Amino acid sequence: MPEKKIRVLIAKPGLDGHDRGAKVIARALRDDGMEVIYTGLRQTPQMIAEAALQEDVDVVGLSILSGAHNALVPYVLEKLKENGQDNVFVFLGGIIPESDIPGLLAKGVTKVYGPGTDTRVVCQDIRAALADRA
Amino acid sequence: MTEFSVDAIRKGGKLALSRVLSRVEADDESGRAALDALFAYTGKAHKIGVTGPPGSGKSSLVNALAHHLRRSYPESRVAIIAVDPTSPFTGGAILGDRVRMPDLQNDPGVFIRSMATRGALGGLADATLSLSQVFDAAGYDYVLIETVGAGQAEVDIVTLAHTTIVVDMPGMGDDIQAIKAGILEIADILVVNKAELPGADQTYRNLVLMIEMGYRGTGRINGGHHRLTIATEARSIEPEGWLPPVLKTTALTSQGIAELEQAIHQHRAYLQASGTWNAKENSAIRQTIDKLILKELSENWKKTLPAGLYETVMQSVSQRKLSPRAAARALLAYNSE
Ligand code: B12
Ligand SMILES: Nc1nc2c(ncn2[C@@H]2O[C@H](COP(=O)(O)OP(=O)(O)O)[C@@H](O)[C@H]2O)c(=O)[nH]1
Ligand SMILES: [Mg+2]
Repeated sequence: MPEKKIRVLIAKPGLDGHDRGAKVIARALRDDGMEVIYTGLRQTPQMIAEAALQEDVDVVGLSILSGAHNALVPYVLEKLKENGQDNVFVFLGGIIPESDIPGLLAKGVTKVYGPGTDTRVVCQDIRAALADRA
Repeated sequence: MTEFSVDAIRKGGKLALSRVLSRVEADDESGRAALDALFAYTGKAHKIGVTGPPGSGKSSLVNALAHHLRRSYPESRVAIIAVDPTSPFTGGAILGDRVRMPDLQNDPGVFIRSMATRGALGGLADATLSLSQVFDAAGYDYVLIETVGAGQAEVDIVTLAHTTIVVDMPGMGDDIQAIKAGILEIADILVVNKAELPGADQTYRNLVLMIEMGYRGTGRINGGHHRLTIATEARSIEPEGWLPPVLKTTALTSQGIAELEQAIHQHRAYLQASGTWNAKENSAIRQTIDKLILKELSENWKKTLPAGLYETVMQSVSQRKLSPRAAARALLAYNSE
């Protein structure tokens, strides 16, 4: 029996057009052996949660550089929960002011990353989070 | 592990369905049990394969087609299985077909599942057939399957799908070369996508010509009179068989999608009237049974081998003292003593 594949949804919520970071992360996770579902730009929280549901992912990765994280992220978390997917880990990256991070973590985000993040660290963190759950 | 429920899936529970799809894809005990329990409810869905070179617009076409089907038949539900390649080096994959399916994101009657090949060749994953059966049992009326589209003949789709759509586009160089290698034979419907681009007419004419050449002498083309008209509309039921229509589409504007939908339904009518629908189903089932027999036989037999024996024989083979065939016979003989 092969090891269970880790499935990750990488999504860009809102009207934010900065997609380099999301693509860098998607590639890094692929190169680490994960299956990455990329949904593209301009996704509503509803669409992201629905995609996470249909794809049965272990992790949802959100990339937000627009400053709208405080509005969007809790909404995504809420929708995931509504769908019965409260066991999914949510990772967040982009331009997130230091002062916003504690609030986001308290709402259920697993970890937050900023510019210059070493992608190997992200891979390790995802694997660690999933290992803890198992 | 999630408790699996036929009931929840049959009632349209998306979480239950999604989780069972994962178990079936992993081919673990619960996945196998689920597939066995669900099989009784299969056999209704129209499975439609979409293949063709990368970038030809398969995902965009699936988007437009599914959207159109949902409008024509609001009661029906559409499942999509989009297959992308697993990297042979890392085992990972980027599954990006959803990006091209924006019209389906908010439609509760559409379920899109992305799948990595996980080492399988031939344009599909090993579990694609099983996943299509789960959707079938869950009550999805159409299952659209987008293959990898690696360019070579992806013939696996033929065993799985009732209707195979081959997508081409203008400007792929020599069209005749591009699709000669077997892919034309698998097409039930040919589509020239990006038909608004220059060169589309040339591509279209080439395909029509190839269909004519390929089917000449089969009695489906009389004397070449139909040179162009054969292709302009989907053929309905003909006693001799099905002549693949060539259609022009622009997936991005849904131009030609109504005609594609019509051709799909005509093909279905042809399959059912000619008995081919059942024949296809049965040959797929037969293949599945044969595969499972082989798998079970070899798994069970391997379990009965004394530990280390396989490796010992393997060493003799790598030292060229035994041929692989002789080794296989020796191993089989050992056990039957
Ligand atoms: C390149 C860039 C652009 C490009 C984007 C090209 C593209 N397709 O991506 C262009 C020129 C188009 C652009 C436009 C704009 N930009 Co701009 N842009 C930048 C810039 C300089 C770099 C962003 C980037 O690509 N970095 C490289 C990637 C690899 O890094 P990253 O995204 O940070 O990702 C890393 C980590 O954050 C993390 N990560 C990111 N996402 C995720 C997700 C997960 C799951 C995980 C685990 C980790 C993770 O890992 C990555 C790898 O280390 C930043 C400034 C900066 N230094 O960040 C401004 C910046 C983001 N832009 C900004 C602005 C304001 C704009 C505009 C509104 C400007 C305007 N007035 O028109 C427009 C908006 C465009 C739009 N539609 O959204 C502001 C945002 C301010 C804010 N949020 O408060 C910034 C911060 C500049 C600034 N200091 O003011 N921009
Ligand atoms: N001009 C034009 N571009 C199209 C059309 N359909 C798809 N595309 C574009 O072709 C590219 C590849 O499409 P995609 O659906 O991903 O192709 P796939 O790789 O075969 O699945 C994308 O940039 C699409 O926007 C079309 O009808 N006309
Ligand atoms: Mg595609």
